[in-house]
Amino acid sequence: MKLSLGPLLYYWPRQSVLDFYAGIADSPVDIVHLGETVCSRRHELRLDDWLEVAAMLADAGKEAVLSTQSLIESESDLKTLRRVVGQPRFRVEANDMAAVRLLAEAGRRDWIAGPTLNVFNPHTLGLLIEAGATRWAVAPEMSGAALAEVRAALPTPIETEVFGYGRLPLAHSARCFTARHYNLQKDNCEFRCLGIADGLVLRTREGEPFLTLNGVQTQSAKVHTLLGDLSAIEGCAEILRISPQGSHTRAIVEHFRATLDGREAPAEALAASTGQMPAAPCNGFWHGRPGVEQFVPA
Amino acid sequence: MTQSQRIELVCPAGSLPALKTAIDHGADCVYLGFKDATNARNFTGLNFDPAQMREGIAYAHARRRKVLLALNTYPQSANWAGWTAAVDRAAEFGIDAVILADPGLMAYAAKTHPQLRLHLSVQGSATSYEAINFYHERFGIQRAVLPRVLSMAQVEQVVGRTPVEIEVFGFGGLCVMVEGRCALSAYATGESPNCNGACSPGKHVRWEQTPQGMETRLNGILIDRFGEQERAGYPTLCKGRFEVNDETYYAIEEPTSLNTLEMLPELARIGVAAIKIEGRQRSPAYVAQVTKVWRAALDRVAADPAGFQALPAWMAELNKVSEGQSHTLGAYYRPWK
Repeated sequence: MKLSLGPLLYYWPRQSVLDFYAGIADSPVDIVHLGETVCSRRHELRLDDWLEVAAMLADAGKEAVLSTQSLIESESDLKTLRRVVGQPRFRVEANDMAAVRLLAEAGRRDWIAGPTLNVFNPHTLGLLIEAGATRWAVAPEMSGAALAEVRAALPTPIETEVFGYGRLPLAHSARCFTARHYNLQKDNCEFRCLGIADGLVLRTREGEPFLTLNGVQTQSAKVHTLLGDLSAIEGCAEILRISPQGSHTRAIVEHFRATLDGREAPAEALAASTGQMPAAPCNGFWHGRPGVEQFVPA
Repeated sequence: MTQSQRIELVCPAGSLPALKTAIDHGADCVYLGFKDATNARNFTGLNFDPAQMREGIAYAHARRRKVLLALNTYPQSANWAGWTAAVDRAAEFGIDAVILADPGLMAYAAKTHPQLRLHLSVQGSATSYEAINFYHERFGIQRAVLPRVLSMAQVEQVVGRTPVEIEVFGFGGLCVMVEGRCALSAYATGESPNCNGACSPGKHVRWEQTPQGMETRLNGILIDRFGEQERAGYPTLCKGRFEVNDETYYAIEEPTSLNTLEMLPELARIGVAAIKIEGRQRSPAYVAQVTKVWRAALDRVAADPAGFQALPAWMAELNKVSEGQSHTLGAYYRPWK
């Protein structure tokens, strides 16, 4: 099983981002997703910078993938998208049908159907494969059983990637909830999300962490982790995605690698990694249950 | 697309009485769903069995109005046949269009029923002309419903760059997230708008009077707590009050309704083809009230776009049936963002 690093979902200062990826170059991840997928106002790194990071990681033996923005609103969003699709060197993860159209039109036959494309059945996946998709990153809300059914029904198999670790990206809006928290308009947000390494925790009025505000994106507060479910995933997917967090990402990657290689027992890895997570674990989606649950099969 | 075209009024029909009411009060089209998870308003006591649907279609067609069927959830491998059967039934009943979100299902509909008109549901999450044109080229969709995330200038950009008719939400519950891309309900309850057709479903809702006030919970998660003077709202999880950095407020959105009535001349000018009224879960009385006001406003804007003004009486009528008795222009108005 390969490990991938998902796109960086938060807005970190430029140097922190560069340092982070420099530290990934010799880590045991096989694939690294790069690019701004959440908010078009985030400009610490521009496409040329991402391409440089991608080249550095490719030189270090990683597969670099450029992920596209999940919510396309403006003509300038489309312009950025066209540039990502137009660069020939790296594979592209399509996170919106606009990207799918442009990739198919460009004749690319190597792209990745991203987790926001709403692929829930083999018929839709088949259409994307026909249009040039060669890998499928499954929506986090899909259960392992539903995933197995889609895969079994496909006439030709497709490399499959499951969201294995990180705060769950649950929703996107036109509204920036971080700006709203600071009583600012999105157009004049003062880039308040810059440097909030893991987003803003939203708690219930009982103080229970529930969601995470990350600009226009809403995530879970709990950290989805499939470290305890790895044996069930083998056979369903070839790649596990780890979503970067503010600290300990590398250690988390090492736990996954060690567990997959049989050097660490799943229960021990899960226990050890819990201390390195910004919040409590959950895995409900994989088991077809509310995503917020931490489910241990009987 | 010509700018002088008449904007269609598309009204919600959660039941046969609501359908008749909408038609009687001037809807050009009604939209409805079967009594199952094939549509995104899969609530108990709502929607149509086959006999009711036939009767509703006959009622509308006798008055030269249209009936659109929402089949806008995403089928899974195991239940695929249920969704294709719904498309077949709709075609057999003589429905005027099906509103779909899933590309696989669209391909099935286009191939099996080439005469059937296809609309792209808001659940398809298409926010740009590139995405909409994808569905047009591949499946021949003739209309797309835009998620409530674009500004007026962005809507205009979309309308100008696609041959597909554009339908926008005009009034009703405001979904703050891009529809079809929101898993908040699935995270909290295990049931999602995408796959089960329900957001914050009623069977997970609990109301409890406590010493702190009336608490509303969704699958045990406290969504809001109300004081004695406050009216307790339904625990839709994005419209609750939460704490961020020790401040308690509506962190995502207030309970309020979208109302774009005052933007009608602008919507007409940019060439929007249809206005959708949200609220299949609401009563026939709501449908009557809202349809009446919007019919009058659309007739007025068609007759005299330059002189159009949203009458205070119209706004007052609409506010009466709005969530929290208040309204917003949502994302059409940039500062909302």
